[in-house]
Amino acid sequence: MANIMIRRGAEGYVFYMPKRDIEDQITSMEFDTPEKWGGEIKLKNGGCYFIDPQPAPARLPYSVRASRIDGVE
Amino acid sequence: MSALTREETQALIQEVLEVYPEKAKKDRAKHLMVNDKALESSKKCITSNRKSLPGVMTMRGCAYAGSKGVVWGPIKDMISISHGPIGCGQYARGGRRNYYVGTTGVDTFCEMNFTSDFQEKDIVFGGDKKLTKLMEEIEMLFPLNKGISVQSECPIGLIGDDIEAVSKKVAAQINKPVVPVRCEGFRGVSQSLGHHIANDSVRDWIISNRDGQAFEKTPYDVAILGDYNIGGDAWSSRILLEEMGLRVVAQWSGDGTLAEMENTPNVKLNLLHCYRSMNYISRHMEEKYGIPWLEYNFFGPTKIAESLRAIAAFFDDKIKEGAERVIEKYTAPMNEIIAKYKPRLQGKKVMLYVGGLRPRHVVGAYEDLGMVVVGTGYEFAHNDDYDRTMKDMGDATLIYDDATGHELDEFVKAMKPDLIGSGIKEKYVFHKMGYPFRQMHSWDYSGPYHGYDGFAVFAKDMDLTLNNPVWKMLKAPWLKEEATAELKAA
Repeated sequence: MANIMIRRGAEGYVFYMPKRDIEDQITSMEFDTPEKWGGEIKLKNGGCYFIDPQPAPARLPYSVRASRIDGVE
Repeated sequence: MSALTREETQALIQEVLEVYPEKAKKDRAKHLMVNDKALESSKKCITSNRKSLPGVMTMRGCAYAGSKGVVWGPIKDMISISHGPIGCGQYARGGRRNYYVGTTGVDTFCEMNFTSDFQEKDIVFGGDKKLTKLMEEIEMLFPLNKGISVQSECPIGLIGDDIEAVSKKVAAQINKPVVPVRCEGFRGVSQSLGHHIANDSVRDWIISNRDGQAFEKTPYDVAILGDYNIGGDAWSSRILLEEMGLRVVAQWSGDGTLAEMENTPNVKLNLLHCYRSMNYISRHMEEKYGIPWLEYNFFGPTKIAESLRAIAAFFDDKIKEGAERVIEKYTAPMNEIIAKYKPRLQGKKVMLYVGGLRPRHVVGAYEDLGMVVVGTGYEFAHNDDYDRTMKDMGDATLIYDDATGHELDEFVKAMKPDLIGSGIKEKYVFHKMGYPFRQMHSWDYSGPYHGYDGFAVFAKDMDLTLNNPVWKMLKAPWLKEEATAELKAA
């Protein structure tokens, strides 16, 4: 589990992990509705992380715990 | 654009790697690449932010250098204590020429060395008492200081001193912020972690100090982040922003004050120059206060115009017009400078090996002068830096991460650049090899280089260095005689 920060970039969500300084585009997010948000997120660099599905945050950027399923550190 | 083709550059990398033992070769190969603009992510072709191998000559600094030397040091009205043995503090006091306005020793303290001067007994019995005493003395001798930061050197972490407790106690006593910074030099792989630790301590101890206090806002408030005012850089950037109608509330941290930093959460936009050292705090302010941030580049007229327009896009038409007015005003004088220096510098090749933002930011300024950057690299960058660099550099150019002494020497010998820009540790090596060299960490005791005024200085400096007749006289007299003797014999 690691803290990540999700912000909105020019082309959708951007993933950032302060601990490892990984910044990347999020290509897909499993749930993206106001009621249910999160789930599996896939990154452009091939990484894959999981956020517990939850109501969408009122404001971005938003820090959240995520677990790594697969991929580059 | 590049002097070498892709294959030639690749072959050069292979050749340079030959001398290493198998294991080191495999490791170093990951840190060298040939640029390919088509690639979007640097992840697959360059590895960065890894521990340097023992035995290679690295140019990196330590976490303490990143925190005290870069981020905390330039805050002019705070006193940064170098807590530990005396040497680290002595070599980190104002060495980057972070200019500031004020009377040193009265209300500003950047160039002074405050240290607890650890001795053996402090290692054995702990240095907390000494630190308390030091801070009380500071408060007595320099009452105009606005706060104190405790920058730990290696031994503090090793012996486990509780600087947080001391700081809390003294802060209550003197009623000023006292910030313990756990930036022991052995942490992390380079100064980069020091920046991160410094940013985190600013976040924890400084940034929310004035939350809820009244502040007279305007819709045009901005803060300059990651400009350390080296040779006056922040000043030559600031005047451009003010000229286009913005109000600069804070400068982080060159010529900056504690009050400015505490007021930063009130701004509309954070302008980030050195991404590597201040992106952490920008991200924090974006999340906590909803302040957007923007990376900008004030090297060379092309990039300045681009940046001014990008900044103006965040504001209304008044600022947009202001940006156009500023660009318009400086176009003629800049064209004059380019007309003067471009013929003398056209087509010259440059190699860079610096840190922070410069390996990619100055590329535009060199291109404005008709010069080509054939190789660039960072001492302590992360992957996000290389993602950005690949777009700014030409195709098939050489990119090196945490280059070693051997690699740099060999690259220079093979690529024969007309100018090298790197740090003081490389300077005299390349001088002796007969290459024009600029010390690009602190602008070789010149500057400013940011902004339009800075570009004039930049262009002049590059011309003075590159076209200096001294480079033709570097051959030792006895070697020269031999050459002429051979000629005579023939």
